[in-house]
Amino acid sequence: MLEVKDLHVTVEGSEILKGLSLTIKAGEVHALMGPNGAGKSTLSAVIAGKDGYEVTQGSITFEGQDVLEMEIEERAQAGLLLGFQYPVEIPGVKNIYLLKAALNAQRAARGEAEIAAPEFLKLIKDQLAFMKMDGSFLQRAVNQGFSGGEKKRNEILQMLVLQPKLAMLDEIDSGLDIDAMRVVAEGINSLRAADRGILLVTHYQRLLDFVVPDKVHVLVDGRIVKSGDAQLAHELEARGYEWVLEESAA
Amino acid sequence: MNSDVQRFLDRLTERSAQRDASQGPEPTWIAARRQAGAARFEALGFPNRRVEAWKYTDVRAIASGDFQLATDAEFSPATTATLTLPVEAHRLTFVDGVFSASLSQLDDLPQGVQLLPLSQALEDNHEAVGGPLGRLTGVEFSSFSALNTAFMEEGAVLRLAPGSVVDKPIILQFLSRANDAPVMSHPRILVEAGSRSEATLIEHHIGEDTAANFTNLVEEIILDRGAILTHYKLQEAPLADLHVASIHVEQGRDSRFTSFNLNLGGGLVRNDLVTELNGQGAEATFNGLFYGQGRQHVDNHTLANHNAPRTFSNENYKGILDDRAHGVFNGKVVVKRDSQQIEGFQSNANLLLSDRAHIDAKPELEIYADDVKCSHGTTTGQLDEEAVFALRTRGIDEQTARGLLTLAFAGEVLEQVTLDVISERVELAVAGKLPERFNLAGLVETAVALGEE
Repeated sequence: MLEVKDLHVTVEGSEILKGLSLTIKAGEVHALMGPNGAGKSTLSAVIAGKDGYEVTQGSITFEGQDVLEMEIEERAQAGLLLGFQYPVEIPGVKNIYLLKAALNAQRAARGEAEIAAPEFLKLIKDQLAFMKMDGSFLQRAVNQGFSGGEKKRNEILQMLVLQPKLAMLDEIDSGLDIDAMRVVAEGINSLRAADRGILLVTHYQRLLDFVVPDKVHVLVDGRIVKSGDAQLAHELEARGYEWVLEESAA
Repeated sequence: MNSDVQRFLDRLTERSAQRDASQGPEPTWIAARRQAGAARFEALGFPNRRVEAWKYTDVRAIASGDFQLATDAEFSPATTATLTLPVEAHRLTFVDGVFSASLSQLDDLPQGVQLLPLSQALEDNHEAVGGPLGRLTGVEFSSFSALNTAFMEEGAVLRLAPGSVVDKPIILQFLSRANDAPVMSHPRILVEAGSRSEATLIEHHIGEDTAANFTNLVEEIILDRGAILTHYKLQEAPLADLHVASIHVEQGRDSRFTSFNLNLGGGLVRNDLVTELNGQGAEATFNGLFYGQGRQHVDNHTLANHNAPRTFSNENYKGILDDRAHGVFNGKVVVKRDSQQIEGFQSNANLLLSDRAHIDAKPELEIYADDVKCSHGTTTGQLDEEAVFALRTRGIDEQTARGLLTLAFAGEVLEQVTLDVISERVELAVAGKLPERFNLAGLVETAVALGEE
């Protein structure tokens, strides 16, 4: 599904990713972990198409398509969706506008007709209820005045409505209390499907107690230095990142 | 005297001769004001950019124009139907300034409400018009008010008896025709709202796409004690129309004036909105939205004069400018000596959608009292690129993303609009001005449907 090969990325002249390779297959949940400054957020930013990141080497393909050649919106329409670590506040744009415009953009890209209003409303209401969000969220401006937890829930809500093929969640667990964490985790778990890949980028192992990954990768200094299963996350939690560094240096 | 001024004066002479021949001499007070208007206009000439109030607005397109005066009000009823605001209303329609009885709707006016074309009001009782008319906007106000006074013939008179409440909105509809030769009109509007009366007045300017006429409007609004008036100016004039207007309001004790100044059309637009807060407890709210594209020029000058203690003004103007459009915002709040316990707030924000769009914004405060709460501020910026990116990462194409954000910017003003027929129309107009492939109509409807559940 997603294939990242030998990716080198430079930000403002300094190299952040230094030959990162990663393959995610449909049905898998991957966790990308690593110390601060390792380049975790850079990977998802590059895949989403954020400005300011220069790919100097390597490739990213998604279902055989060259991601780096696609417009930002084309990536999302193809099913690559990023959940932000810091969701942007968009004053004046109601959540309902965002959701409907996004859903219809996706449908248009697939050659489908716009969603009918009653069908849309039902879909939205079901997902809102699942995320334990009040209906008034829809009429509020995107993320404006939302608490940290509300913003993250909103990111998951968007995922649930848009049903991406690959969901990338960048530090979705930061700033969440335990109750919000559970709701967000339930949302992520409900996204798990045989035809969908999920990439969790996280600093801590905490989220992984709720969403058990199939694969865990440790990113250090722009490269994946170790991969394993869920057990690896526990080991990192217990021992920190130092030993991985030493091991990889050896 | 310059030839531009002379051309307008010649037209006035012709017009007066015609009128005298067909209708006989006018009442002396009208003839005298006309003369005063002409003399003042002759002395001032058209404003040039050395005049502070016109520093950013070049009126040469008006001055150099050769405008006729329309002599009939013929307009296709079918076209009118597509232009008219679809709302049940009391309505006066003017075509190039000429009153059209057939396109007006004056049945079932409530008790105590008089709504009639100026010509009719003058015919009925010219002295009753002569008293208030010109008291707020004299020939001194500007070259254009002088010119209006010299030419004034038609317009509207609205009188609300004390305590009368008009449920349906009152619409003054000004249609601009695509004529062989451009025409000018000088509508004159007089509103006298008795104590505790209440009404909504909509001034709607619209016309045929290829029209290129000049409208020079003067409106005087007198609000007696406790009167409440909501005033909409929906300016959707054709893009080659030239539009100059002044609205002057006088507010008695505890009166409330709410203005929505919504400017979408016109090639050259200048609005002056002035309120005199003369009675304690009087309150004025100025909401404004202007959207300029192409080479449109939109100039809004507002002034709130706090002449009495415990008076309130609140202003929020938003401008959106694209292409090479030029906007001007000048908002002034003046607090007279001994006018204590005043609140005057003013905010102006502008969004520039293109590198070549331009805004000149100037908020002004003049305070001669000490117990006042006043603030003002103006900001100008572009769309938030981070927000554009965030929307695109959800699959929304760039143009739509920019459109959504632009509409959001206008939303803050539109949310205050209580008449759905207007907010939806402006919302769609703003959305419609955005690039192609942009369909917000469906979104707006969905949001409305959700709200209704």
